[in-house]
Parts: sequence; C-alpha cells; structure tokens
Amino acid sequence: MEALASISIVVGAMLAAIAALGINRFGDVLSRMHAATKATTLGLALTLIGAAIAIPATGAVVKLLLVIVFQFMTAPVGAHLIGRASFRAGLEFHPSTNYDELSSRIRPGGRGSGDDESGR
Amino acid sequence: MLEFATTVALGLLGLAAALCLLRLVRGGSLADRIVALDALLIMIVLSLAVLAARTGQDTFLDAMVVTALLGFTGTSLVAKYIERRGA
Repeated sequence: MEALASISIVVGAMLAAIAALGINRFGDVLSRMHAATKATTLGLALTLIGAAIAIPATGAVVKLLLVIVFQFMTAPVGAHLIGRASFRAGLEFHPSTNYDELSSRIRPGGRGSGDDESGR
Repeated sequence: MLEFATTVALGLLGLAAALCLLRLVRGGSLADRIVALDALLIMIVLSLAVLAARTGQDTFLDAMVVTALLGFTGTSLVAKYIERRGA
C-alpha cells in the first residue's frame, strides 16, 4: 500500500515537472495553456490519490477528493476563459501555426480572412 | 519508502515551481503570466499534499483546499480583464 502511494506521488510530481517544462518550451499562449492545464490536472489527481492512500484518516481523504473533483471541474473552464480572452484580445501565434479557422469567422475581414484557400 | 518518495516528489515540484516562476518573470503577454501563475498555484497545492502525506499533519490539507479554491477565482477574474482591456 505504501509502495502504491509512493509510486503515485512520484509519477504525479513528474507530470507536474513536465507541465512546467512545457510552459517554458512551447511558443505561444495556447500551446502553453494546453501543457499547463492537461498535465497538471492529471498530475494533481495522481499525487492527491497517492496522498489519500498514505493518509488513511477519513477527513483527510474527503478533503483530497474534494480538491480533485474541484480541479477537474474548474481547470477546463479556466483554460477556456484564458484562451478565449487572449484570442479575442489578439494573441500572437507561433510562426509554425498552420491553421487558424477561427479568426476569419469571429472577425470578418480581420486577420486570417482570405488566407483560408491556401490553408497555410 | 514513503519518505524517499516524498523527498523526490518535493524536489521535482521545486524544479517545476522554479520553471513556472521563470515563465512568470519572462512573460510574453499577460495571458502567459496568468497561465504560469495558475500552474504555480497547482504546484503549491501538490507540495502541500505531499507534505501532508510525509508528516501526517491535517493542517496542510486545509491550506491546500483554500489554495485550490482561490486559484480558479484569480484566473477567471484576470480572463475577464484581458477580454475587456486586451493582453
């Protein structure tokens, strides 16, 4: 049981470290947000489940599960809010971005319109 | 076993928090900083959970719940701000 908790905690911390690496290595807001949201959510779930295995008290387990459920509900919402807001505020894409289908639809005549035929 | 695992996990989380701080300082846009700050808060939540597992103290867990609740509030507030004022 202790081995299971240990493995779970270490793997979760590794996922968090990978997420932090992604935040630094990726090129624009959307990809950084993608790294930060997905990897940290899974890492948080794993680490907190490991901690819940290590601490057998009922109150502690309830608190840990509460945080997991809350994070699974709010992490996508928060990431969506940030992505939507920065897109509408006119974010800069990384040069390797291939497709942008949204700009021409929310701002006709704005950035991206007319380039849809070439696709790149 | 658990003590060694929590030591390794705390080291990894410290590294992750340092990387988040680096992005927070270097920035790019306001949205980048907020993403880094959000991730940094999650690292803090994780560290508190690992510390609770290591020491068996319940106090860390209360702080963890509060931090997890406050992170989302800050993110959504700044998202509203970016949407109105621009990044």
